[in-house]
Amino acid sequence: MALKNDEKNKGIIKSNRFFYLSLAIITLCYVCLILMLIIADGVYLFTDNNGGNPLFDILKEPEIKNSVILSMISCSLTAFLATGFAIPIGYILSRFKSKWVTLLDSFLDIPLVLPPLVIGLSLLILFQLWPLNAQLIDFLPLGDEWGSLSLKSLVVYQVPAVVLAQFTVATAFAVRTLKLSFEQIPSRAEQVALTLGCSRFQAFYHVVLPQAIPGILTAWTLAWARSLGEFGPLLVFAGATRNKTEVLSTSVFLELSIGNLKGAVALSMIMIATAIVVLVVARLCGRSAYVH
Amino acid sequence: MIEINNLNLSVDKFLFKNINLTIPNGVYAILMGKTGSGKTSLLEAIVGIRPIDEGSIVIDGVDVTNLDPSLRGMGYVPQEGSLFLSMSVEENIGFALYIKKESKEKTRKKVIEIAREINIEHLLGERVHNLSGGERQRVALARALCFEPSIFLLDEPLSALDEETHTDVCGLLKRLFEERNCTVIHVTHNHSEAVKLGQLHFEIKAGSIVESES
Repeated sequence: MALKNDEKNKGIIKSNRFFYLSLAIITLCYVCLILMLIIADGVYLFTDNNGGNPLFDILKEPEIKNSVILSMISCSLTAFLATGFAIPIGYILSRFKSKWVTLLDSFLDIPLVLPPLVIGLSLLILFQLWPLNAQLIDFLPLGDEWGSLSLKSLVVYQVPAVVLAQFTVATAFAVRTLKLSFEQIPSRAEQVALTLGCSRFQAFYHVVLPQAIPGILTAWTLAWARSLGEFGPLLVFAGATRNKTEVLSTSVFLELSIGNLKGAVALSMIMIATAIVVLVVARLCGRSAYVH
Repeated sequence: MIEINNLNLSVDKFLFKNINLTIPNGVYAILMGKTGSGKTSLLEAIVGIRPIDEGSIVIDGVDVTNLDPSLRGMGYVPQEGSLFLSMSVEENIGFALYIKKESKEKTRKKVIEIAREINIEHLLGERVHNLSGGERQRVALARALCFEPSIFLLDEPLSALDEETHTDVCGLLKRLFEERNCTVIHVTHNHSEAVKLGQLHFEIKAGSIVESES
């Protein structure tokens, strides 16, 4: 009997080892793929440079400086806007259960499943329609010199188009993250707060929101990183005009289109480094917010 | 006095039909029933966080059936304590006073007074994460006491405690509510707890409530 159990135990240990090994190998394969991509970019970038540093060289170009600045500003603004919208939406999706909420949940996945180009195209078409294409002079007491001014002219192929295109996609990611985050916070504490004299808003503000801070930080980070990587909608809706609506992702495209492969790879490396820094910092902040 | 009249309540797997229950002021009532019989749902309905299908809930002659939970003035202590994890023990206990916008001094004085009474003064500066099950239950009780309600709804407040702590908290509950002359509905499935604490005993059986021998 003891011998039989011993054999069984050995079998279980072997099976457990195989299971953990399989998990490790699968994870390692994917990590290796990402690492190899980064290493390949690095190797390509830092060979045959005739003594120069392509990372610094590309950053010295004024249009790239503008692109970096616009990227940082637009991504941060988009991340704040996306998180601001995602908090109430995520809360609704996590707390209210009905067929309408299920429908809303599915509807909010549309930006995630649509091809990015389609989102850009749809935004472009939206601004061709009334009242977005209407002249503001028809609604506001403006002088004749503002005659051609419309929301369309203020947004399409301008900086606001960059933010709007990034916001459309990034918000959907932030909503998913925050829905999960709110679902992990038991509603019981919120209900207890109601019995202690809180209004619904007070219970949300004092009890739920502080517990959701790690989730909010994660959502902000995801929205920021998603915005940095946005390309398709930007190209269609904001254009890739140098020194105007050019952001890092469109800079890579523009450098490629003029045959400057080194420049494109250098910019890619800058994007990777920036994304890693933001992701790590936000994860650390999220963890410390949770611990304290 | 708590009066529940012809209350109908349907929750997923069970259904209450025509529940009638009267608990006079100052009485410690015990509500018993098997696991999953709907004891918690009934407390939730009384405190106002679960909508009812039909019937009325009357407190001291006032119909509170459609009243928001924040206006019912009942102290609710759920089974797992449900403390506010982002706050310290002191902030948890003084939460109701903070919401009432009481001054910091008054809030602190009251919190210390209650903490001393429940013997958790040494925990005031602690984060909720660091507390044991018994400490959590005491803090949840202190939080409800700080609200100064005349009715308390306690949902299995002693179920997760070891024997020694169970006896301690049991004695504490008896003393606290006798001193305050409050009306209490205490949900439990522990007979010795029911006998020690209860003045009136009810039992949920097959979706209806029957008064049982004490």
